[in-house]
Amino acid sequence: MIKNITNLGDAALYCDFGNKIDQETNLNVIKYFKNLKELKIEGITNITPSYNKLIISFDLSIANYENLKDKIINLKFQNKESQSTNSIKVPVCINEEFSLDIKRLCEKLKMEHDQIYNYFFDKEYYCYMTGFIAGMPFLGDTKENIRLNRLETPRVKVPKGSIGITEQFCNIYTYESPGGWNIIGNTPVKVFDQSNQENPTLINPGDKVTFYKISKKEYQNYNE
Amino acid sequence: MSKSYFEILRPGINSTFQDLGRFNQHHIGIPLSGVMDKRNYLIGNKLVGNSNNISAIEFAYQGPILKIKSAKVIAAITGNVTFQILRANSNIEKGKCYETFELNDGDQIDIISTNKSVYGYFFINGGFEAETYWESFSINTRAKLGPNEGAKFSANQKLFIKNKENKFQKKRIEYISSKIEFIRVLKGTNFNYFSEEGKNNFFTKEFVVSKLTDRMGMRIEGPKIENIVETNIRSEGLIKGVIQVPGDGNPIIMLSDYGTIGGYPKIAIVISADHDRLTQLVPGSKIKFKSVELKEAENLFKLYEIETNNILNQIR
Repeated sequence: MIKNITNLGDAALYCDFGNKIDQETNLNVIKYFKNLKELKIEGITNITPSYNKLIISFDLSIANYENLKDKIINLKFQNKESQSTNSIKVPVCINEEFSLDIKRLCEKLKMEHDQIYNYFFDKEYYCYMTGFIAGMPFLGDTKENIRLNRLETPRVKVPKGSIGITEQFCNIYTYESPGGWNIIGNTPVKVFDQSNQENPTLINPGDKVTFYKISKKEYQNYNE
Repeated sequence: MSKSYFEILRPGINSTFQDLGRFNQHHIGIPLSGVMDKRNYLIGNKLVGNSNNISAIEFAYQGPILKIKSAKVIAAITGNVTFQILRANSNIEKGKCYETFELNDGDQIDIISTNKSVYGYFFINGGFEAETYWESFSINTRAKLGPNEGAKFSANQKLFIKNKENKFQKKRIEYISSKIEFIRVLKGTNFNYFSEEGKNNFFTKEFVVSKLTDRMGMRIEGPKIENIVETNIRSEGLIKGVIQVPGDGNPIIMLSDYGTIGGYPKIAIVISADHDRLTQLVPGSKIKFKSVELKEAENLFKLYEIETNNILNQIR
């Protein structure tokens, strides 16, 4: 349930689902997101789910904060389902040239290279949200013993396809972009494709994701 | 298939197709994009007889030089822009904003500069041929989204014309966008993360628009805004106009090509009525913020809309 609604500027509702960052809270956010999307309420221009917040932006010439807030509070949901059944397997190459920060992780976590990867691969992740840049999935939670902060100085350019981890989360850089996550590998899979407008993102909020290791050769041949 | 096109002889600094933007795709990481200065976009489209959400060329500081091949089009430029038309017979005509003109085979239009403003717009009747992505022509160069593979225009490229073969009509309006003394804002969801001095500085001191400003965001420089709670928040959605303050204390205002999710505290949000004028501030401009309440912001937006409609209604 929404704990509190305030305004974010004059043309958005800021819905707070509580301070806890976990799947239960996030599934609630996604449930609201999916239902609102289906209802196609007039004036809504964007709905942005994140870990524990939902931001609903609207066209101020059609709607306003008070009337939209009333509508949201009194919503009757048609669709109760929020758990996604999608399970996606993502190949990752962890060759030296791709695992830019594995040495940093080994040092800071005082762990062997193989151990870190064993922990990383032996886990099913959950997609909390997609965004920042198009198609970038925010996945969690990584096992507690491989959690680490961001780089002190973010990279100006993180290569496309990079797999990054920080705190209890991991993500995939869908484009070359600036970023401060610890990079541990790279995927040849297209995670975002604008030519497929119906279904541009490989991973959507609520989806389950597992990673598996591939060799350099498999990486190179993947898109052929 | 129309074969009429503009050849780009000089692309200009940041020339792209824009329209009213891309809606309802935040959840996959796609921001609104669209024109930085909405009123100038609406005026230009009305002048050349287009409905809205037709592609226009947005340029920043310096626009393109375009040479037209074979067609005859009705065109207009909006903003505060210096430009000239080089006719096929070598005559040079000084261009005037906010009025329609005709371009014929072999004519060139040289969009020299925007004056005391950042963005200008070039419109043709019927628009340009381009593919839409999620129902929008807008090009987002940071995310490589939209037509032209999400890239700004380059030299020697051809921009094909969707010709509507309308009869030329001279249309013009007088319009000068008003100056602003303040950028008006609503307090942000993390307003209380900042020290009393920080909050006070934000509303009383002057800030300067930095050179690190583009379609994604505007960085401003001034007194540091000190955070006394937490310099990172759990990442959450962003919208145009949000003012985030990262750990270094220098505010960033999100503009049309913002990242859809961000993790810096939000001190304030620029009211919708001031978006157009905000985006036209050139680096070096001074900004002062003024706090308003929600009702006032809504009323100011109504005024902005009435003003826009009054201008549009002058065009017949």
